[in-house]
Amino acid sequence: MSVLVPLPFVLPLLGAALALVVRRRERWLRLIAPLVVAGVVAAAGALVAAVARDGVIAVQLGGWAAPLGITLVADRLSTLLVTVSAAVLLAIMVHGVGEGAGGLGEHEPGVFYPAYLTLTAGVCLLFLAGDLFNLFVAFEVMLASSYVLLTLSPTRERVQAGMTYTAVSLTSSILFLTAIGLTYAATGTVNLADLSTRTAELPAGTRTALAMLFLVVFGIKSAIVPMHLWLPDSYPAAATQITAVFAALLTKAAVYSLIRVETLLFPRDDLSWPMLLLAALTMLVGTLGALTHDDVHRVLSFTLVGHIGYMLFGLSLFTVAGLTGAILYLVHHIVVQATLFLVSDLMQGLTGEITLTRLRGLATVSPLVSVLFFIPAMSVSGVPPTSGFIAKLALFQAGVDGGRTAAYAVTGVAVLTSLLTLMAMSRMWALAFWRTPRDPNDLPERPHDEAARGGIRIMRAVTVAMVCGGLLIPAFAGPLTEWSHRAATELMNPAPYVQAVLEDR
Amino acid sequence: MTGPTLVLTAAVAVLFATGFHLMLQRSLVRIVVGFMLLGHGANLALLLAGGPAGSPPLLGDGNDEEMADPLPQAMALTAIVITFGVTAFLLALAYRSRLLTGEDEVQDDVEDRRICAEENPDPDTWTGDPVEGDPVGGGGEPDRRDERPGEPPRGGRPDGDGG
Repeated sequence: MSVLVPLPFVLPLLGAALALVVRRRERWLRLIAPLVVAGVVAAAGALVAAVARDGVIAVQLGGWAAPLGITLVADRLSTLLVTVSAAVLLAIMVHGVGEGAGGLGEHEPGVFYPAYLTLTAGVCLLFLAGDLFNLFVAFEVMLASSYVLLTLSPTRERVQAGMTYTAVSLTSSILFLTAIGLTYAATGTVNLADLSTRTAELPAGTRTALAMLFLVVFGIKSAIVPMHLWLPDSYPAAATQITAVFAALLTKAAVYSLIRVETLLFPRDDLSWPMLLLAALTMLVGTLGALTHDDVHRVLSFTLVGHIGYMLFGLSLFTVAGLTGAILYLVHHIVVQATLFLVSDLMQGLTGEITLTRLRGLATVSPLVSVLFFIPAMSVSGVPPTSGFIAKLALFQAGVDGGRTAAYAVTGVAVLTSLLTLMAMSRMWALAFWRTPRDPNDLPERPHDEAARGGIRIMRAVTVAMVCGGLLIPAFAGPLTEWSHRAATELMNPAPYVQAVLEDR
Repeated sequence: MTGPTLVLTAAVAVLFATGFHLMLQRSLVRIVVGFMLLGHGANLALLLAGGPAGSPPLLGDGNDEEMADPLPQAMALTAIVITFGVTAFLLALAYRSRLLTGEDEVQDDVEDRRICAEENPDPDTWTGDPVEGDPVGGGGEPDRRDERPGEPPRGGRPDGDGG
């Protein structure tokens, strides 16, 4: 079984190397890249089965024993996230292939495919990393490819946005490195499992300072509110399906790291108060920002910021129920946020517009796109039969269960921001889909050549598949909640995790 | 061993302070240099985390007590390689930015300027010559600002805003 654990990031790395070799042959690239990502999905699925059977699986790379070598750990949380991310990465990859094959995209395939595969490798390694330094390396692999993807086929806006994004990400990475150095100086190890036993011996002040430092580092990377300003300025500049990848995975990877670090290294809820406050702020500011913007991508980027607040809220409760909610929210939001961006790509393709005030009457122009927008929009607002409802309900219950006044208050804020999100989505719906349609002669002409139409068909099929994937979450809500609950229990009682990593010491 | 360690700690502090200061500037080259200094500071901090210097950490050479801790050194090496790669990318980006915009400065976000324009209908306070205390564009060169294509037309609202 141990050979399965490194597969999700070794496969795409090899694929990226192969893609660089054949970078001049577009047809090969379009064949190899999706196959490799499909392989990652298969490996992740096998990993889920293995973890369901055997519990936590730890692998020591190179045979060095645990606290010194590089450790990879697959537990319930990481395998769940690897699987969901790989599936979303595959969908967006196929979308990109459709765009490339139809000649609709503007990016250079010889750069796009290798960078995308490296991003896949970074994301998978990040979820599986068993020590802090490896986590840092995974972040860098992921971010370095994201810098390339963001500034692909550079225009003025992209280069400017790329500079903001790169500078902010690098600053947080350097703070991360410093935090690792300080942790090592204080404890003499960077292995997460080893750390979880050693941080208990630290003086309370040192421990809180380290926990705060990690909160700032991952707070910048995941766009928690006072540190979110870079996100709505940089994400909308990229090509749409790349923004979809970023929105789905990069911030969520930081949230995952925050959950991992704060539960494993700092199991006391020292930071519960400030984190609750930050969660409330993030929800409010993000959603209010979404209500005030005109550009569809900016609105979606602001809702992304707002919804990071929900995951932080789940974590800041420091209970099994809260973490269950946070994990459910992570899974739901990875799928739904990516879907919304892909739909916005279809909207742009239909009308050539992406500003809300200028989009109009899409419901009559294309009923299919309207349905495709409606379902994830309702899901992100948390309307009952959708995946957002299940995740939000779990969070609200967890918030009320604890019996703490602060948690009650933040639950109230969460309910309010859900309504505000619904308002933002209704506003988008009313402006873009419902008004009198524009004169059909104003619309850009549909492409006539066969390749472009084939590409559009592929892109639509992917979006339909993503919407259906979002609907699978409520359909399988029972097993998913069960799995998340057990993952949260593992997080709160890390004994099996620690034992699996350190057993052969 | 406190002597050299104290010097190194001070060096880390200076590198971080200078690096952050440079990163807050508007010129891209300064940002890149600031990032490099920050990277060096972080690597030095990692090295310091390994404790005082000792004999070379080779198996079968000297006893355990005298050896330097090799783990932070390995980590610093990895971090240096990463910093190296990313710096190269940043430099390329700064170069491309200069090619595209003809200058080395980070420019104002168009959306920020639009919001500022809505709050401040008086055109002189947000476009044209920068005024001291102007929240958006204080400190830029007045002769260059008018040439930026991303800037909304003087005295009016930008095209992208219909409502």
